[in-house]
Amino acid sequence: MKFKAEINVMPLKELLDPQGKTVARNMDHVGISGIEDVRIGKRIEIALDAPDEKAAEALVDQACKKFLANMIMESYSFEIKSA
Amino acid sequence: MKFGVVVFPGSNCDDDMIHVLGSVLGAEVEKLWHKDTQFEGYTPEDCIVLPGGFSYGDYLRAGAIARYSPIMQAVISFANQGGKVIGICNGFQILCESGLLPGALVRNEHHKFISKNVCLRVETTDSLVTSGYQKGQIIKMPIAHAEGRYVTNEGGLAVLQKNDQVLFRYSTPEGALFSENGSTDNIAGICNKERNVFGMMPHPERASEAILGNTDGLALFQSLYKGELQAT
Repeated sequence: MKFKAEINVMPLKELLDPQGKTVARNMDHVGISGIEDVRIGKRIEIALDAPDEKAAEALVDQACKKFLANMIMESYSFEIKSA
Repeated sequence: MKFGVVVFPGSNCDDDMIHVLGSVLGAEVEKLWHKDTQFEGYTPEDCIVLPGGFSYGDYLRAGAIARYSPIMQAVISFANQGGKVIGICNGFQILCESGLLPGALVRNEHHKFISKNVCLRVETTDSLVTSGYQKGQIIKMPIAHAEGRYVTNEGGLAVLQKNDQVLFRYSTPEGALFSENGSTDNIAGICNKERNVFGMMPHPERASEAILGNTDGLALFQSLYKGELQAT
């Protein structure tokens, strides 16, 4: 079965995210007020073939843990959809 | 003792490193290719060098893709058998990604690429790369990185401190701790618990010749080459 995985990799909450901080600080310059915090991560989309949704989930989880996210600095979450 | 300098796609300090090891130090040195699955004729007395640069364009995370290159599997087993491995800048990032060194290197605190000479305080002389210095000695070396802020997971810092694994900390010329990049505990370089794997963000290979105006990095290569620890 064909699946699509939508993965979000985010910097850990306890780590400073300088990119997000800079964007947050400059919201006023854009004329947008009320923004309290910005954190910037990555979205990764993967197309995959697996026997069922559970297998697809296991495969994507392994890819995240081993390669797509570094657990020392990032966390991840994902959603599997039928393609 | 010989050195093998690994060339990844995007390495750019490999030739500088080979020049210092071969021409300045006078050691036997060769290039190793990232696609090779093994390197022949190396004993734990020898040293594998992961040079600076931008392997795989820093895609995904700095060092994340190089860490899974064919030669790194051989480097990991070499290190696990007690072979000496040193990573400079991108090489340090690759060593952290591979798990040979604890922690990770993330974006600098102020989100800037920092390229400048900085001062380092030598934190231990109990390693093959720092035994040529005095404890507390202030030396100068260039840094050139965007992802050089060292972080560890919970408890990681205490382990580094307990095992005397911090080799260098960023400091002022007077020796007060201070880092440009926001590194945890001002850490600039560390070794593993077994003391055969070394990683640092500053570039000793750019500070090893009088003609370049700075020879503070040479003692690092000399002690590593001789394989000498200080008499205690």
